[in-house]
Amino acid sequence: MNYHWNWHIFFEPDPSGSGTYLDMLLSGLLLTIETSLCAWIIALVSGSIVGVLRTLPSKAASWFSFCYVEFFRNMPLLVQLFLWFFVLPELLPRSWGLWLKQMPHAPFYTATVGVGLFMSARVAVQLAAGIGSLPRGQKMAATALGLTTAQAYRYVLLPMAFRIVLPPLTSEFLSTIKNTAVAITIGLIELTGAARSMQEFSFQVFEAFTAATVMYLGINVVVVVAMRFLERSVAIPGYITGK
Amino acid sequence: MFSNFDFDVIRRSIGYLFFDGMTFTLTLTGLSALGGLVFGTLIALMRLSGYRLLGRIAGLYVDFMRSLPLVLVIFWFYFLVPYLGQWLTGASRPISVGAFASSLITFILFEAAYFSEIMRAGIQSISKGQPAAAYALGLNYRQTMRYVVLPQAFRNMLPVLLTQTIVLFQDTSLVYVLSITDFLGAASKVAQRDGRLVEMYLFAALVYFLISCFASYGVRRLQTRIAIVR
Repeated sequence: MNYHWNWHIFFEPDPSGSGTYLDMLLSGLLLTIETSLCAWIIALVSGSIVGVLRTLPSKAASWFSFCYVEFFRNMPLLVQLFLWFFVLPELLPRSWGLWLKQMPHAPFYTATVGVGLFMSARVAVQLAAGIGSLPRGQKMAATALGLTTAQAYRYVLLPMAFRIVLPPLTSEFLSTIKNTAVAITIGLIELTGAARSMQEFSFQVFEAFTAATVMYLGINVVVVVAMRFLERSVAIPGYITGK
Repeated sequence: MFSNFDFDVIRRSIGYLFFDGMTFTLTLTGLSALGGLVFGTLIALMRLSGYRLLGRIAGLYVDFMRSLPLVLVIFWFYFLVPYLGQWLTGASRPISVGAFASSLITFILFEAAYFSEIMRAGIQSISKGQPAAAYALGLNYRQTMRYVVLPQAFRNMLPVLLTQTIVLFQDTSLVYVLSITDFLGAASKVAQRDGRLVEMYLFAALVYFLISCFASYGVRRLQTRIAIVR
């Protein structure tokens, strides 16, 4: 291979003049972490609500959550981001649309909301499956004790269900982190975006992508280790969790 | 709010959208799914082979691919494939690889990691008695896999494999980052040429939505029909 390797490129100043290429990648890394954490909060909150609705006896509630999940699951994430970023401001009343377009950090908010809602459909399915996996007796016992439906979910069903679906939720969180890379298409300079612009400015393709790869692997290892620790500390006694 | 919509822009560009764009998307999806399935099955067999080293290598490959965003992998291969081609063919300079070949290689190698996990679960779902009986009949490893284990594993996992293919169909839209004219790329080019972002992106979203919905409905139907009665 006649590719000219230059690993010192990371310590050379980037074209913006504010730091080195390494600083550029690190700020991309930071943005990836921020975006994925915010998106994960949205995914977890709205996914939990929709997931609970899916398990309620009410026909309307499960119909709503069915439509919600189908809507967000059957379109590519990229298309959804375009809808939020380019289409939504045009469909809103003029003044709202203008406000949206002129909002500072618009790519960041769009990516957060877009990836968050996209992932929330997956969280909803997982959580509904977790609630469904609980023995029927749990709900019945809660009702027999005089708990209302809300109380039964709050004190009996959800604390169990969340702990059961913790392992699949971990992989959904990892998907959230990976999916933030799609936001490069609406101009968010997160880790992949930073590597891409470093490649464009410095022509050191493989160094830039290697660094980004190593950083993604690092995030993964941290999340997996942290979640394994969390899984162990909230494991339900008497249930087989993991190996 | 739909008063200043120009639905005609969709009608005018429909040939371009479907003959250029959708053909690319569907070809890429089909070939990647096939390639990913073959390669993924090999990886799954490596992991379950019982040889420590082979299993390790396959496991590392799967974990590695699954912890990277697809967009990054698309960029990686876009730049890497010409050098790999040079290395393989012994040419004096990086060979030029078309956008289609580059994205096909990317998707096959990337999806193989996901397909291999599905096939691994499928192979593990076959009861131990099946390969034992095959060996007792005098079949060797190859024949056991080819005639006994893999057909059943494949049949058991067919709905999951097809669902993964629907995900793959949606993921192919990411070749947008290489400015390739897939379905979304075509829609986006028309949208920018005519200044009709709203119409084109809504239409693209609708098409993806309908295709994915029908396909997953089909998978659900299939699932109830092909289930092996036990």
